[in-house]
Amino acid sequence: MTVESQIDAAAPAGTPRPPSPLGEFWHYFAQNKGAVAGLVVIVIVSLAAILADLISPYSPIEQFRDAILQPPFWEEGGSLAFPLGTDDVGRDIFSRIIHGARLSLLIGVIVVTLSLAIGVILGLIAGFARGVTDVAIMRLCDIMLALPSLLLAIVIVAILGPSLTNAMIAISLVVLPHYTRLTRAAVITELSKDYVVASKVSGAGVMRLMFITVLPNCTAPLIVQATLGFSTAILDAAALGFLGLGAQPPTPEWGSMLASAREFVSRAWWVVTFPGLAILITVLAFNLLGDGLRDALDPKLKR
Amino acid sequence: MFRFILTRFSLIIPTFIGVTLLTFALIRLVPGDPVELMAGERGISPERHAELRAAMGLDKPLMVQYGTYIADVVRGDLGQSVVTRTPVLDEFLTLFPATIELSVCAILFAMIIGLPLGIIAAVKRGSVFDHSLMGISLTGYSMPIFWWALLLILLFSVNLGWTPVSGRISVMYWVEPVTGFLLIDSLLSDEAGAFSSALSHLILPAIVLGTVPLAVIARMTRSSMLEVLGEDYIRTARAKGLAPFRVIAQHALRNALIPVVTVIGLQVGVLFAGAILTETIFAWPGIGKWLIESVSRRDYPVLQGGVLLVAAVIMLVNLLVDLTYGILNPRIRHGGH
Amino acid sequence: MHQALRGAALGLTLAAGFVSPLAAKTLVYCSEGSPEGFNPAFFTAGTTFDATSRQVFDKLVQFERGTTKIVPGLAESWTVSEEGLEYTFKLRKGVKFHTSKSFKPTRDFNAQDVIFTFERQWKTENPYHTVSGGAYEYFNSMDMPKLLKSIEAVDDYTVKFTLNEPEAPFLANLGMDFASIQSAEYADAMAKAGTQTKVDQEPVGTGPFQFVGYQKDAVIRYRANEAYWAGKAPIDTLVFSITPDASVRYAKLKAGECHVMAYPNPADLAAMRTDPAVNLMSQEGLNVGYLAFNTEKAPFTDTKVRQALSMAVNKDAIIEAVYQGAGKKAKNPIPPTIWSYNDKIEDTKYDPEAARKMLADAGFPNGFETDLWAMPVQRPYNPNARRMAEMVQADWAKVGVKAKIVSYEWGEYLRRTKDGEHQTMLMGWTGDNGDPDNFLYVLLGCEAVGSANRARFCYQPFNDLLVKAKRTPDVAQRTKFYEDAQAVFKEQAPWITVAHSVVYEPIRKEVQNYKIDPFGGHIFYGVDLK
Repeated sequence: MTVESQIDAAAPAGTPRPPSPLGEFWHYFAQNKGAVAGLVVIVIVSLAAILADLISPYSPIEQFRDAILQPPFWEEGGSLAFPLGTDDVGRDIFSRIIHGARLSLLIGVIVVTLSLAIGVILGLIAGFARGVTDVAIMRLCDIMLALPSLLLAIVIVAILGPSLTNAMIAISLVVLPHYTRLTRAAVITELSKDYVVASKVSGAGVMRLMFITVLPNCTAPLIVQATLGFSTAILDAAALGFLGLGAQPPTPEWGSMLASAREFVSRAWWVVTFPGLAILITVLAFNLLGDGLRDALDPKLKR
Repeated sequence: MFRFILTRFSLIIPTFIGVTLLTFALIRLVPGDPVELMAGERGISPERHAELRAAMGLDKPLMVQYGTYIADVVRGDLGQSVVTRTPVLDEFLTLFPATIELSVCAILFAMIIGLPLGIIAAVKRGSVFDHSLMGISLTGYSMPIFWWALLLILLFSVNLGWTPVSGRISVMYWVEPVTGFLLIDSLLSDEAGAFSSALSHLILPAIVLGTVPLAVIARMTRSSMLEVLGEDYIRTARAKGLAPFRVIAQHALRNALIPVVTVIGLQVGVLFAGAILTETIFAWPGIGKWLIESVSRRDYPVLQGGVLLVAAVIMLVNLLVDLTYGILNPRIRHGGH
Repeated sequence: MHQALRGAALGLTLAAGFVSPLAAKTLVYCSEGSPEGFNPAFFTAGTTFDATSRQVFDKLVQFERGTTKIVPGLAESWTVSEEGLEYTFKLRKGVKFHTSKSFKPTRDFNAQDVIFTFERQWKTENPYHTVSGGAYEYFNSMDMPKLLKSIEAVDDYTVKFTLNEPEAPFLANLGMDFASIQSAEYADAMAKAGTQTKVDQEPVGTGPFQFVGYQKDAVIRYRANEAYWAGKAPIDTLVFSITPDASVRYAKLKAGECHVMAYPNPADLAAMRTDPAVNLMSQEGLNVGYLAFNTEKAPFTDTKVRQALSMAVNKDAIIEAVYQGAGKKAKNPIPPTIWSYNDKIEDTKYDPEAARKMLADAGFPNGFETDLWAMPVQRPYNPNARRMAEMVQADWAKVGVKAKIVSYEWGEYLRRTKDGEHQTMLMGWTGDNGDPDNFLYVLLGCEAVGSANRARFCYQPFNDLLVKAKRTPDVAQRTKFYEDAQAVFKEQAPWITVAHSVVYEPIRKEVQNYKIDPFGGHIFYGVDLK
C-alpha cells in the first residue's frame, strides 16, 4: 500500500509512463476474472500434483479390504479417514484423485511439449521452404485433420498397444498439425514484413531468421494454443483411459478410474462423481486461462 | 461455379489417398501375428499357417499389397470382418443409420437451445444472463462427456427411473428395419408404443452428444451476433427507429447465421468423436461402438475400412459445408485462394 | 389386404383390452455380445453358438441338457462296427425344417441334409464350400478331414460314416456345434435364386426355436418352433438382448428387463446372492487353467523338480486373489464335469519345506533361475494371468527359485510358446466336446508337441493309455484308461493344475427348469416362465 502510493507520488501527474509489455499484459489479463480464477485453480492443482505424496493420506493403490465402497464422510457410513470415500477394492478416492492430478498435468506437459516442439519445427520448415516441402507437410496435416482426433488417437493406440505412454504419443501426434498450421501461417505473414526483409538483406542465416527473428514474433498465438492444448490433452487422455486404451489399472488416472467405476453407477455415486469432477474442473481452468490469454495477447480484440 | 466445385473436390483427393495409406499401414503395423490369433490356444500347423497368410494376401510384397488394396477400395470392397466374415461396407451401412439418427438429434438439440441462447446473450451483452451463459457454455465445452453421460444415467435412469439405461428401443418391440432410422421405422410398424420407446431411448444419448456442439454454437452465435450488431447498417436501421425485435430478426440474424452454419457443419468431426464415447456408454449400436469394439476384438479389417469410411464421410460433409458457404458468400468463390 | 388384417388385429387387441401383447411367454436373455454370424460351422465362439446351434439347430447326437452325456438327437440310434471304423446312424422320421420368409420346405429332414452338412465343410468341390468365405475352422481343428473316409446315405433315413482309423471321441464331435444339421433343400433353393449367402445369414434348422430377425449389435429374436419333434418349447418367444456391459446386464436383470444374464461381474456376485428376485446358479466350467513346464528343457526334464515346484505353489491363495472366489482348485487336468474324472487322486499338498528338500535332492539346494510366461489377456480359465504369475513368482522365491515374468502380445505369446521358447508358462483350455480325449490327448499327447502341447510332454506309458482309449468305443473301458492316465499325469506333473473357473448364471426367480450347460452355453429349450 505504502509502496504504491510512493510510486504514485513520485510519478509526475499527467504524464503516465508507458507500461512495460508484461505490465500491459497483466493489466488486460487481470481484468478477466474468469482467467484469473482459472489460473488460481491451475496453481492449486499443480501444487497438489507436486506435493501429492505429502497431501494424500494413503498410497493411491493401497487397498483397504475392510472399507470397500465406503461413502464420503458426510454420508451415512462414511468417515473422515476416507474423506471422499473408497472404491470397489477399498482404495482411498481422495488419494487417487490427488495422484491423478499429477498424472493429468504430466500428460498435459508432455503432450504440449512434444506437439509444440515438433509442430513448430515443421511449421517453420514449411513456412521457410515453401514449394514441395511446404505442400508435403501441409498435406500431411490435412490427412491427420481429416479424422476426428479421438478416432485417430484410437487408431494409433491400436497400433502401439494400450498404455499411458502410448496414449500420450498418440495425442501428441494428433494435435501436432494445429501447431504446424499456426506457425506456418505466422511465418508467412512475418516473412513479408520489412524487418525480416531487412535482416535478410543484412545477411542473416536461415537458422537465425527462423529462431531469432521470426519465431519470437509468433509466440502469442502459440502460447494461447498451447494452453488450450493442455485441456485437449487432459480430456483426450481421460477419454482414452475411459475406453480402456490409455492408462491401465491400477494407475490412478482420472479417465481410467471412471472406466472401472462405471459398474457402480447404481450403487456408489461417489466413485463415479469425483474423478469426472476433477477432469471437468482442471479442463475448465485451462480453457478459462486460454481464453484470458487470447484476449490479453491478441491486440485485435483489445478494446 | 463449376470450376469452384472442381477445385475444392480435387483438393480432397490427395487427402483421401493419404488416408488410404494410413489405413493400409494400420493393419500391417499392428503387433502380433493375425493368423496365430485366429488359432488361439489350440495352435496351428506351419502349413495351415502359410495357407492362411496367403489367403489374407500377406505373403506378397508391400507395393503389390497396396495396389490390390486401392483397387479393392475403388471397387467398393473394403475387406471382410475377421470376426463376422461379412463385408465391412455392409456392416457399416447397417449401423450407420443409428449413428446418423443420434447425431442429427444431438445437433438439433444443440441448435434449438444454442441459437436462441447465443442471440439473447448478444442482445443483452454484459448482463448477468450473458455472463452466466458464457460461463455455462465454457463448462459445457470443457465437459468430459463420458462422465456427463454417467451423471445423467445416475440421475434420470437410476434414481428417477425416467429413461432407459441403454439400447435403442425396448427389446419387447420388434420393428422391421425399413429406413434404419428407428424413430421413423417405429412409426411405420404396427407395434403400439414402439415410437415412444425409441424416443425415450434416444433422449439421454442425444443430450450427451449435443452438449459440446451446444456450447460451441451458443458461443459462436453470440460473437457473430455481436459483430453484426456493431455494423453500420444495423446502427442505421436502429437510428431509423425500427423496432429492436425487427432489427434483430430481419437484419442481424440473417447475416450472423452464416458463420454459425459453417461452425455447425464443422461439428461433424466433434460429433463423431463424441459418438464413439456416447455409443459405448449407452450401448447404442452405431459406428462409434463398432469401431471401438473392433479394436478390442482385434478386428483390423473393420478398423481399417471403418476409419476410411468415416474419413470419407467427414471429408464429404466438410466439402458440402465449404460449397454451401461459397454459394452463400460469393467473395470466397471468386477470391481464389 | 395385409394392412387391413393388421388393422383388424390391432383393433381386436385394443377392444379386448385385457389381452396384452405379452400374454405370450417371452423370455429375454441378456447376452454378452453379438454373434459372429448365423452359421455355426464358421465360428468357434460360444456367443455365436448360443445364438445359432443351441437354439435353431439340431445335431445327429446331442448332449443331455446339463451334462456331457451323449443322447440321440436327429439320429434315433446308431451302431459302431467291431473295429470301430463304421458309424451307422438311423435318422428320425417326420422332422420338419423351419419355414422362413424366403424358404418353405417341401420335404422332411433326411439323409441328404446330413450329407450336405458335412460335405460342405469337407469337400472342396462342394458348390457351397467357398460360400461366405468358407473357412471351417472347427471342422478342421477337430481333424475331421483326416478322420473321415466317406459319408454315404444307405437309404433316406440311414447314414454311414466310415473313418480312416478308430477314434472313439468321433461320436462326441458329431454333437458339437459345427455339426449342426443344415437343410440341403434350403441351400438348393438359395443357389437357384442366386442368394447363397442367405443360408448363412437367415438360418433354417430343425431346432426348438426359429430365427425371426437380427438387428446388428442390439437384438436377436426367435419364436418357438410349433412343430419341434421333441415337443414345442414352453416359452413362445425368445429374445437376445445384446448387452456387452456386465453391470448393465445386472441392472436389466434386476429391473426385470431380462430373465437370464450371461457372465456376471465377479464384483456383483455378493449382491446377487442376497437379491430376492435373483437365483444365482453356479457350476465348474469345462476348462482348466494351468502352469506348464517345458519338459524338454532342463531342469524341468526332471520329474522331481516339477513336483517340487508344484508343491511350492499355494493354490488356495491364487483362487482367492486371482479368481476372487469364482474358481475351484484343480487337481486333475480335466474338470469334474467330464466323465472319467478321477476323484480318487489326491492333490499335491502346499508344502514349501518339502519342496525345498525335494529340490535339494534333485541337485538344486540353492534353487535356480528360470522364466515364467504370463498371458497378456483375460481368458475364461484365467481372469488375470499377470497376477497369477506374480503370486507363483513369490511362492517359488520362497523355495529359492527365481522366476522372471515374461509377457508378449497374445498372438506372439501363442506362437513363441508353441515353438517352446519358454521354460514355464501359464495357459489354459476350454473343452470342445466334453470328451476326456479333448483335454488329455489334445493338450498332452505326443502328437500335439509343437501345437497345443505346450509342456512338450511326451511320455510313452501316458500316451499309450490315451491312444488305447481313443481306439475303444466302449465307454466303460475308456473310463478306466483315462482314470489311469490321470494317475500317471499326477505323478509326472507336466503341469501345475491350478483351477477350474466357476461359471455363474444369475436368473430371475420366475425362470424355471434352467440348467447350466457344462459347455458354457445357454440353452433355452425346456425353460419355462412362472
